[in-house]
Parts: sequence; C-alpha cells; structure tokens
Amino acid sequence: MANIISDETMEYVGILAKLELSDEQKEQAKKDMARMLDYIDMLNELDTSGVEPMSHVFPVNNVFREDEVTNGDERETILKNAPAKKDGSFMVPKTVE
Amino acid sequence: MREGKERMIMQTASMTALELGRKIRQREISAAEAVEASLAQIEAAEPSLNCFVTVDGEGARAKAEKIQKAIDDGTLTGPLAGVPVGIKDNMCTEGLLTTCSSKILYNFKPTYTAEAVLNLERAGAIIVGKTNMDEFAMGSTTETSAFGVTRNPWNTEHVPGGSSGGSCAAVAAGEVPYALGSDTGGSIRQPSSFCGVTGLKPTYGTVSRYGLIAYGSSLDQIGPIAKDVSDCAAILETIASYDRKDSTSVKRTDCDFTSALVDDVKGLKIGIPSDYLAAGLDEEVKTAILKAADVLKSKGAQVEEFDLSLVEYAIPAYYVIASAEASSNLSRFDGVKYGYRAEQYEGLHSMYKRSRSEGFGEEVKRRIMLGSFVLSSGYYDAYYLKALRTKALIKQAFDRAFEKYDVILGPAAPTTAPKLGESLADPIKMYLGDIYTISVNLAGLPGMTVPCGMDSKGLPVGVQLIGDCFQEKKIIRAAYAYEQGRGPWELPAAMRFARAAGGGEKDGPKTSAGQTGGNETNCAGKADEHVSAAAGKGGI
Repeated sequence: MANIISDETMEYVGILAKLELSDEQKEQAKKDMARMLDYIDMLNELDTSGVEPMSHVFPVNNVFREDEVTNGDERETILKNAPAKKDGSFMVPKTVE
Repeated sequence: MREGKERMIMQTASMTALELGRKIRQREISAAEAVEASLAQIEAAEPSLNCFVTVDGEGARAKAEKIQKAIDDGTLTGPLAGVPVGIKDNMCTEGLLTTCSSKILYNFKPTYTAEAVLNLERAGAIIVGKTNMDEFAMGSTTETSAFGVTRNPWNTEHVPGGSSGGSCAAVAAGEVPYALGSDTGGSIRQPSSFCGVTGLKPTYGTVSRYGLIAYGSSLDQIGPIAKDVSDCAAILETIASYDRKDSTSVKRTDCDFTSALVDDVKGLKIGIPSDYLAAGLDEEVKTAILKAADVLKSKGAQVEEFDLSLVEYAIPAYYVIASAEASSNLSRFDGVKYGYRAEQYEGLHSMYKRSRSEGFGEEVKRRIMLGSFVLSSGYYDAYYLKALRTKALIKQAFDRAFEKYDVILGPAAPTTAPKLGESLADPIKMYLGDIYTISVNLAGLPGMTVPCGMDSKGLPVGVQLIGDCFQEKKIIRAAYAYEQGRGPWELPAAMRFARAAGGGEKDGPKTSAGQTGGNETNCAGKADEHVSAAAGKGGI
C-alpha cells in the first residue's frame, strides 16, 4: 500500500467534511481512503501534460439576466421543514457569547 | 366486481405505459382503475420486494379523479395521461416525502416539485409513490438505502442493481408501468440490465436537474425506465425541456424522440469496444451481448470491434470527480433548515457534525471524506485536476469513436445481478462493476439498456447502446430495431404478483420458481476475477 493517511490528515478531512468519527471509524476511514487513493493513483500512468482540465463537456458560458424579483414572500413555505424555528426564523444553538 | 378487478390487474400489470395510456384515452380503462390496479400490485409485491419508500394511495386516487375530468373534457390528450408512475426518491415532489433513502432527509417534504416531474404531471401522469434507491444515489445495489434493501423481482435473493433499483424493480414487478430514475455513473442503465427492463440516460443537459437532489452535478441526468423502447422515447419526449432554473440545461429543438422508432438499421455503423469484451466480463453476459449484436447485423447494420482505449481509467477519474462534487453538494445537509437534527450537541459546529454523522450512512460518508480530501489544498492538482484532465482524454476517445460509428454497443455490467450482501464489503470491487457505464457520464453521452437475454441462473442481461452527444435518436432507432428482431420480452414477476394481487394466490412467492439454489457460486467467482483483472492493469 503506497498511500498512508496520517491521523492529522484524517483530522483535517473530518473538519472539512464536518463529520465526527469515533476512533474505530477513523481507523476504518484511514484504511478505506488509503486503498481508494492507491487505486486512483492508476491515473498517474496517463500522460496528461498539455491537456486542459475539462469541467464541462459542452462549452458553457455565463448567462446574464436582469435581476428582477419573480417570487413573493415565501417565509412560511421555507420554514415548513425547519427542525426548530422561532419568530419566523430558523433556530440554531447560540453562536456568539 | 372482484373478477373484474382481477382481470384489470392482470391486464395492466403486463401493459406498457403507452398501451395503458391508449386504453385510458379510448375509455376502456379509467385513470382511477389504472391507479387501483397499480396500488393492488404494489400491495402484493412490496412485502417481498420493497421497491418504494413512500406509497401515496390517497394522493394518487385524488389525482386520478382530476386527470379523468381533464381527459373527458379534452384538456389532456397526451399518451401518458392517466398512467401511474413511480418517481425515484431523489426528485422533489411538493408535499410528498422525499428522502434520497437517507436518514438525514427522513422527514423532508419538499415545497416544490422537480421540473422533470412537473413536465410529467402536466402530461397527466399520476404519481403513486417514491421509489427506493442507494442513499443519495451512491451505490450499485440499492443496499445502502436507510429504508431497507430492494430485492430483484426475478429472484429475491439477488439485488436489483442501483442506484435506481427501486424504480427498475417496480417496473419489472408490474407495480408501475414506468418510473423515473437518475443516472450519475450508470444508475439507470445497470439496474435496468439487472431487472430486465429498458432504461435511458439522456445527453447531459437534456432533462432539467432542477429539483433533483444533487450528487455529482456535472454527471447527473434524469431518465425514463420502462418496459420497452417506445415507452422510453415517449417519456423522454415528455420530460425533456430547456429550463432557466438549471444552469446547464441545453436548448434542444430535436426532442421528438418517438420519430426515431423506426425498424431500420440498414447501413448503421455499430462499434463494439474490444476492451468491453475483455477479461472480467461474465461469459454468459458476453454471449447475450454478442447475440444482440448479431440481431442488428442480420438487419443490415455494420458491426465491428474497435479499440476505444482508456476504459479502465474512467473508474478512478469518476470516483474523484463524483466524490468531489458530492462533498460540496452534500454540505447543505447541516440540520438547520430541513431534515434530521441530532438531539445531543454542544454548540453550532457540534450540531452540524453530529447531525451529519448520525444522518449519513457509511458509503455517503466515505465519498464525502474522499471528496473533501481530493479538493483540499495540496491535493487538488494531483487528484481533482488530474481526474478532469483524464475526463478530457476520455471525451476525446469517444469523439474519435463517433467519427467512425453511429452507435457503440456493449454490456451494461460485467455480470448479472449479484446476491444480496455480496457487494458492500469491498467498495472498490463494487466500483469496478461500473466500468461500462461510467465513461458515458464523464463524456455526457446518451446511453440506453435493452433486455437481451438470460443467464443460466434465470437472471436477465441487458445490452447497452451508447450514442454521441444529442444523438438519442440513433440509439433509440437501433434499440427499437433490435427489440423488433428480438421479439417479445416477458416479465414473469409482474404476472406472478398480478395473480397474487387479484386473489389468485394468497401470497407473492418469495422467489420465482426454479431459479433459486444451484449454481450460486458463479457470480462471486466472476466478480473476483474481475478485480484481479483490473488489479493487473491498475495495481491495487
């Protein structure tokens, strides 16, 4: 196995992915990711120098439009699925002291 | 009364969507009767299959009444008016639970409907339920669903494939005449092959992604799953539309797909990639695919093998790109605005993390973490940009192929449906099963699966037809001509459950007769071979 995922890397990935893993899950995730990266390293066999990265298959250009309001007040609708709400707003834990 | 209902169920279970629509227009069957037949079939089949996350009997019955009025007063005249449909549970349906088969959306009732589904509703379709899938469409077996596995109607010890496994199995079991699925790496074409139904993934940008809960946005496309090619063409014609709400929607003026239902392939150039027939492909699948090619040849098509190249590189490129996009797309699930929120947490960030960790399943977390990693600074160039460069090379390989051929023909999967529980233990092995479908998504191409035979275990095989971008009509024509040459395709499970639904049998049998037992080692053995073949090239 060429790739070894360190504890620090796993910690960092957890922060980026906003996931909280138990120690056991972390060990498994390290193994899974290392194995997947070993497999992905197959791409290094390909010479891609001079090849532009292709994010879209078709040429895509930005499409401009007038910034006009087309929808009305949808506060009630938007709040329908809120796990917690208060005074017409989403309720979340305290974020500032 | 009862006899009438029984006859109705038996009739509708075997009908295509277009046949049922015709009978409804001719007043031989009412929309309400079509819905009742579908619901009865669902009731009979669901205990053994679990194709649906949600069945909306009440909503469907109410809708049937409205639709019937519109048919009677001449407002609705289209081919799908009054015909029941199943919608994959990753498409938003206003007021109707939409879970993506994930705990994190266990209670989510969208406040709007996906554009593709709206297009169907405008045509008079009646939604009877939301079909099961791999969680967030990440998987190839429908086993990663938080709401239980779906079983294959041909043999319930086997998976239906995935991720649109619920949609494909529901059509194969006659629960609905047709369904919508979505295809990010083969999620319509592979389960269609495993379930013996016909499925089409359109050119990227043809069907609006608005309201489709995103997995890999540059790859996702919605498409039809049905009993035959004519249905798929008619359904695609209905759901395709330019949509300002989807920034990658393409303005097309050639969406009259049913005009391509022509039984003529004389002079059509068909290429079979030699790599698609190489080691790793089950012999029985190969035989069925080549027999399908022979049918097209006998009808005047020119068929030859060619070297597509880069085939095995599509899988690693895909998993980098799809995981990267997934990690970004799924960051919206944080327990604030909708869906699951953890009960215990200390502060905002802990709430995010716990809600996500408890709400997402293992495969989804695995891909989010991989995606976060390949996008992180220091690894972005080596993994993400490298994968996008590989994608460009794969697109070029297809461009070269389509200079010579009208259609590319091959398998949709290396094997027939594996047994339940065989795939998830080894993710990379499961990913390798996507080898024939994944590059089509990377290149944005249309692809279609049509049933073409059976293996010795009694499981169906599908042949995949791939076209150049915007050339759906060529693959529809080839698929239609093949279908005419192949002859009728039976769905035994649909009739079995219809007999049960009509009261002829007390219970839907757990497995179809004569298909269980024996010959069980075949599948696993082949899958192992496939891994070692790929390992030889890629060095796992």
